[in-house]
Amino acid sequence: MTQRAVVTGLGVIAPNANTVADFAQALREGRSGIRAVEKLTQLNFGCQVAGIPQGIDALAQSYFGEAELLAMNSNLRYAGIAAIDAWRDAGFERPSPEDDDVHWDTGAILGTGTGGLDTMGEKIVPLTDAGKVRRLGSTMVEQVMSSGISAKVAGLLALGNQVSSNSSACSTGTEAIVEGAMRIRHGLATRMLCGGSEGSSHYIWAGFDAMRVLCRAFNDAPERASRPMSASAAGFVPSAGAGVVLLESLDSALQRGARIYAEVVGVAVNCGGHRGGGSMTAPNPDGVRRCVRAALADGNLRPDQVDAINGHLTATGADPNEVRAWAAALERTPDNFPPIVSTKSMIGHALGAAGAIESIASILMLHHGFIHPSLNCEDVHPEILPYADAIPHTVREAPTLRVMVKAGFGFGDVNACAVFRKWEN
Amino acid sequence: MERTEVQQKVVAILTPYVKNQDALATLTPETSILEDLKVNSARLVDVVLAFEDEFGIEVADDEVDAVATVGDAVNLICSKL
Repeated sequence: MTQRAVVTGLGVIAPNANTVADFAQALREGRSGIRAVEKLTQLNFGCQVAGIPQGIDALAQSYFGEAELLAMNSNLRYAGIAAIDAWRDAGFERPSPEDDDVHWDTGAILGTGTGGLDTMGEKIVPLTDAGKVRRLGSTMVEQVMSSGISAKVAGLLALGNQVSSNSSACSTGTEAIVEGAMRIRHGLATRMLCGGSEGSSHYIWAGFDAMRVLCRAFNDAPERASRPMSASAAGFVPSAGAGVVLLESLDSALQRGARIYAEVVGVAVNCGGHRGGGSMTAPNPDGVRRCVRAALADGNLRPDQVDAINGHLTATGADPNEVRAWAAALERTPDNFPPIVSTKSMIGHALGAAGAIESIASILMLHHGFIHPSLNCEDVHPEILPYADAIPHTVREAPTLRVMVKAGFGFGDVNACAVFRKWEN
Repeated sequence: MERTEVQQKVVAILTPYVKNQDALATLTPETSILEDLKVNSARLVDVVLAFEDEFGIEVADDEVDAVATVGDAVNLICSKL
């Protein structure tokens, strides 16, 4: 006997919005969060634009004390705020540090791609190399360790179940939801805060710039730089932020009368083995197809029951391959292809946070009944022109939207897929 | 620098780390930093770094070990000014 996993709380810090309500509005409007970043220009990056959440330091002061903030880099701030927001969104109160109760049945799987690389570059490397280790103070390890964000959230919310940070590159955020759902299904936890977070730092983005996978062609027009599925796509735009989804067992959600956004009805993860066209940086199309099919099978869904796709779609040359892989996986032709969007067109690629923020976008679209526009692809890539009608350039009202599939395909040829179904009582 | 000014700055540096607001409000030189103010002992190194930066001094590890109260901290700093 297994439990069903449903979504009862959401929290998001994105380049275009800092609350769930505003994020839903931003998606409707097609609001871009991509801006010029002076630091990148100063440091001779090819890509000089990025998606950085705005006003976070001021916002953080209403969540955390002064001393606490001294031990919280950008990644911890984003994850901390989003986790507390998701907790409250689900109807719970933030526990007091003086309250000794531990929520033994609630855990967190909150992942990241690069951890505290900003703190590493700004503090640990220069001070250590200068022979001034003592000047680092006491707060470095908790900010830099790969599990920093989940460890921090555990204390904020008195969590007592599994607390861990997964890491699977660009599929991290979606994989976290898969892992959390599995844990709830097997009765090992009642609630799991799942998602991902990525800090904001030129140190994080430097390696991508050097690989020439970032877009360097729109530094004078930041909002037009992230162009998934377009003929003029020129690489992805790096970004930062956090997405946290509170998953709960259906029994628990019903028993306490929780508002249920959606059910995580099918999940799957796999890898393409860097074969069959796959590599460290590109997915094996057969692996992608298998992952999506496995998620559908897990949810007892037929491919024709998928109403819309929130793709990985980063605006690299892999986008047309991805659309074709979706067509194969869902057994669709250009005539009956479901709407497909890339949230990255608005917020860029938030790496470890991407899958989580984009899953939240998917859940909000289901909950509110709309499909957000996929920006900057009026010039659809020639290889996917047959699918042009499936790509919305303005918001589409979609009151009958029930099933949306979200997938991420990360460096390492790793794939994660979650199928969300709108909750109807 | 006057001793009272040193104490004011020491208290300002300690304040963000203080968990017991009552002890902060009734603070005297005999107030214990760890036991009364309930400053997390893991953060003492950060407090000492802040003292060094604020007063332009250097504090050795064994000197830190001898500081238990606010008064001890003020004495140590004044001896280096």
